[in-house]
Amino acid sequence: MHELPITQAILKIALKHANEANAKRIENIHIVMGELSTNVDDSVQFYWDIIAKDTLAEGAKLHFRRVPAELQCMACFEKYRPNEDELLCPKCGSVGAKIIAGEEFYVEAIDID
Amino acid sequence: MTERISIVENILSANDRLAEENRARIDAASVFSINLMASPGAGKTSIIEKTLPLLKDKMRIAVVDGDIATSLDADRAAAAGAQASIQVNTGGECHLDAVMLHGALNQLDLTQFDLLMVENVGNLVCPAEFRLGTHKSVLIASVPEGADKPYKYPGMYRGVDALIINKIDLLPYVDFNMDFFRRGVEALNPSVITFPLSCRTGEGMDAWINWLIENTKR
Repeated sequence: MHELPITQAILKIALKHANEANAKRIENIHIVMGELSTNVDDSVQFYWDIIAKDTLAEGAKLHFRRVPAELQCMACFEKYRPNEDELLCPKCGSVGAKIIAGEEFYVEAIDID
Repeated sequence: MTERISIVENILSANDRLAEENRARIDAASVFSINLMASPGAGKTSIIEKTLPLLKDKMRIAVVDGDIATSLDADRAAAAGAQASIQVNTGGECHLDAVMLHGALNQLDLTQFDLLMVENVGNLVCPAEFRLGTHKSVLIASVPEGADKPYKYPGMYRGVDALIINKIDLLPYVDFNMDFFRRGVEALNPSVITFPLSCRTGEGMDAWINWLIENTKR
């Protein structure tokens, strides 16, 4: 259960940037979430409706863009999608791949009025 | 009229900033600090309990215990010889975060200690996401949990510096495929240091204790 502090963090970021731009209200918030990052989704919108009340962000819609995970083998540089029961490189069998995508978790943009 | 503002700000950046502040305070007092994470029942508190008597003549140790409720763990750490033990009740949160550790550090005079052990809330998912500012992350796996945990909780296994494999005294009694477990760990985290041990029998504790001593001296 850590959706509440995460929702609060998103609200804080959105309000800070909206205030700097002298916004009247925030209409949309665009969030980028990697497949490997913390798994929150619907519950964030649920908290949002409660904690954003009486702020510039009241009624704003949250949009989540999912980024699929991608690994890169550090031995042969093959890029591949992680597979649930096999963590080795599918091409050369090496261990210790680097994650090149899927750990993102950030606010990308807000739409303001 | 609607206008789009580009932001690109990490949602956990406030936590990360505070984690850096925690680290600066810990460093300023020349303390070595670890964040102990594990699922409930893996033996976090028992390992602290068995570690303290082996170290307490060599260094001064503070323990910060995170739990959803009760001060049972901090009480056990105090009874085992921690010079200070602070209980943080998260009130429902499933992990410690940098704010909670910050509050606990306010209650400690760090200059009086050499080693700070932070016991996170029992959970194999969320604690990995929230940096605290400690020097090393230590994950405790335990044999009865099963060998598939690295595959099921890759986020946790990927980010740690040391891995304790606890309850090895139970290996003859449970189906735990050590090769399968180690393959998963190596694939996710090839440079992790592992300490197979049993805090109940004491087998394997030496290597863990030496690792703590070496790092604390540094």
